[in-house]
Amino acid sequence: MKKVQWNNPVIRWVDERLPVFSYMNAEYNEYPMPKNANYLWSFGGIAGFMLVAMIVTGVLLAMQYTPNVHMAFNSVERIMRDVNSGWLLRYLHANGASMFFIAVYVHMARGMYYGSYKAPRELLWILGVVIMLLMMATAFMGYVLPWGQMSFWGATVITNLFSALPIIGEHIVTWLWGGFSVDNPTLNRFFALHYLLPFVIFGVVILHVVALHEVGSNNPAGIDVKGPQDTVRFHPYMTSKDAFALTCFLIFYSYWVFFNPNALGHADNYIPANPLVTPTHIVPEWYFLPFYAILRSITFKFFWIVPAKLGGVICMFGSIALLALLPWLDTSKVKSARYRPIYKWFFWLLVIDLVGLTYVGGSPAEQPYILIGQICTAYYFLHFLVILPLLGKIEKPLPLPKSISEPVLGAKESA
Amino acid sequence: MMRALIKSAALAAFALGLGAASTGTAFASGTTEEPKQMQWSFEGPFGTYDKAAVQRGFQVYQGICQACHGLDHLHFRDLTDLGFTNDEVKVIAMEYEVTDGPDDEGKMFTRKALPADPIPNPFPNEKAAAYANGKAPPDLSLIAKAREDGPNYVHSLLTGYEEPPADVHLTGSQYYNKYFPGHVIAMPPPLASDGLVTYGDGTEATRGQMASDVANFLMWAAEPKLEARKQTGVKVIIFLVIFAGILYVTKRRVWRDVKH
Amino acid sequence: MAETTPTPGMDERHEEAHADGVTRREFIYLTAGAMGAVGAGSVIWPFINSMNPAADTLALASIDVNLAGIDVGQAITVTWRGKPVFIRHRTADEIAQADSVKLDDLPDPQPDSERVIKPDWLVMVGICTHLGCVPLGQKEGDNKGEFNGWFCPCHGSQYDTSGRIRKGPAPANLVVPPYEFLTDTTIRIG
Repeated sequence: MKKVQWNNPVIRWVDERLPVFSYMNAEYNEYPMPKNANYLWSFGGIAGFMLVAMIVTGVLLAMQYTPNVHMAFNSVERIMRDVNSGWLLRYLHANGASMFFIAVYVHMARGMYYGSYKAPRELLWILGVVIMLLMMATAFMGYVLPWGQMSFWGATVITNLFSALPIIGEHIVTWLWGGFSVDNPTLNRFFALHYLLPFVIFGVVILHVVALHEVGSNNPAGIDVKGPQDTVRFHPYMTSKDAFALTCFLIFYSYWVFFNPNALGHADNYIPANPLVTPTHIVPEWYFLPFYAILRSITFKFFWIVPAKLGGVICMFGSIALLALLPWLDTSKVKSARYRPIYKWFFWLLVIDLVGLTYVGGSPAEQPYILIGQICTAYYFLHFLVILPLLGKIEKPLPLPKSISEPVLGAKESA
Repeated sequence: MMRALIKSAALAAFALGLGAASTGTAFASGTTEEPKQMQWSFEGPFGTYDKAAVQRGFQVYQGICQACHGLDHLHFRDLTDLGFTNDEVKVIAMEYEVTDGPDDEGKMFTRKALPADPIPNPFPNEKAAAYANGKAPPDLSLIAKAREDGPNYVHSLLTGYEEPPADVHLTGSQYYNKYFPGHVIAMPPPLASDGLVTYGDGTEATRGQMASDVANFLMWAAEPKLEARKQTGVKVIIFLVIFAGILYVTKRRVWRDVKH
Repeated sequence: MAETTPTPGMDERHEEAHADGVTRREFIYLTAGAMGAVGAGSVIWPFINSMNPAADTLALASIDVNLAGIDVGQAITVTWRGKPVFIRHRTADEIAQADSVKLDDLPDPQPDSERVIKPDWLVMVGICTHLGCVPLGQKEGDNKGEFNGWFCPCHGSQYDTSGRIRKGPAPANLVVPPYEFLTDTTIRIG
């Protein structure tokens, strides 16, 4: 990191003892960004913004919320009705969760399309998978807090996943609950963890950014930066671009918050939790649907010995764990799908597969959805475990450009 | 670059379309009839409540629904949003009695309700409600949000009582309603005939009118901040669109001398 | 979004080439920065305001107090808005003491007549105006201080029979809440 000689004596005094200003300058002002990065590269920043927005609105909501089975539902209604701008805080937070997942999913899809997970960015990618897992845990526990019907039954079903584990399963579930069913101790600890985990996420995000800035950003060509002619300074180039992208994203976010705030939730969650009645259709939030579909697709004994319940749980967690292995499952040396004519198609096939899983996850557990779900689940694992390793050996990539500047300049001149 | 933008937008749209589709299918999979689609003044980005209809709906609630259903999340003071003055709200509240206490002797006592009090539930607790009705009637303060397509559902349910088809056999305390999931409902037709209330503003209290008014009222009860939300939203979106435009120009200027 | 303001000299090459474009360019940066600031400000205010008292807190009911059982020389403490309210049925002696004080002698001059509706009844919020402790003097046998009124044990403020500050660190008299007599023996506070 380059030390800067600051003119302001206070800044210089601090910087000589704790180089925060030099660090910020190096990482967010001078950081060289490949100049061919497209708007998909803005989604990392957007996701970071959403994390901060969720923490700010969440802390303010926590000041009004009561984590007690008798008061939780009413305290949320008090926020909606009596607290100044409470409805705004709650709708920003509830819809913000969906927006955060959209930003992160687009960010991940971009990484998969342009091969951003490949050497030397494997650890960067794995940290990203860790962030996604933490987000899922946080979002799940957050959805329990309003203590509506979906909160209660979502908590019951998801914690019961652990009962699939042989021998220790039941004990783990009782331990998670702090009782013999989802009840006040469960709600109380979920609140504590829901408040804690975002700060853990924040910490991992810092590691994620440090790892990124160590190896540098990937780019749509997927080739290495050859020199200063290939990059632009982060500020003002990327800041101005990201600010525009973020504002467009905020328009989208605002649509949901102000004009359709309950569309991404479930009507049943406006009914207070009732441990004696399960809602007819219990469905997780949309961002969990593909994984939920994988869970439900295992309706048979797995490898003839593993019971369906355990098999479903293994496949669901396995589908996420698989992502962490992606840098090694993809054997191609070429990063960007631009120069991988066959992989490009398989990428979009995977997207369609995930769309299918999402659709099945939101549908009732009956035919033909079960069969579609099983086909999509099988393809998901096929993509990562068979297609990607083989494709790297079979596929003949297109010729790569010599440098980032070369195709860029070439394109401009011919146009 | 523009292509990438479109791609990312398409991805986002994919994800969301799915969310919407999935909730839709969850509802459509039953055999229950879809509620009749009515026109509501609170729909759309500029929607506002029809205060007169909501006030009439409150009258229907007081006259009919309140015999069995609570409105636990509402307070008398909230009625000022409907155009009632503070003094009118005091008068409305004084028609109700609430339990308060304990007094100096440690005993509970009843007194006339005040604007700050919640609207009293017709039953002291859920067990009492279940005992009196066979099944506890649901609280109505959130019903318009706790059912898919709430306002239309409420309106359709209230006007959807029919003679049961030949293959459905009802016991004495059961009724047939094609909009109710499962069709067999324990609630007797609440709006069995016209003119169950006399509206102060001279509107004729037909069954359809009462059903529509009470649906308006219950939507307001479930989402009292809807007007503030939509009005804020219009301002926020206008601001963001202009801001995005300016940021786009800024970005173009910054990038002007970069060949890419 | 203050980062959209330009770094000085970030593209001097460009400024030389288009000297007339400079002001226009700076204008757009300024507009973007200003709009960002306005946008952030309009979001922050409702967030901060959410911590102010909510509608249910503001609407907290006033309380009615029956004075019939309080004999001359006795006092009761009731709760209003989560705070203790002292209600004292004063003796003729106490009223005389309160009236006889010269206003010039008081740190916070206020005649007794401004602090009561009926001289027999003194109603005030029982919270020391220094740092919020509850003064002694309501019970028989409490330390009432040098002026036969109330004495705050935290930092030694002393109040007289009208609840006015006489000695000690408190800056003002005990606060009289808004109240009215509904009947001769009932008051409504708030």
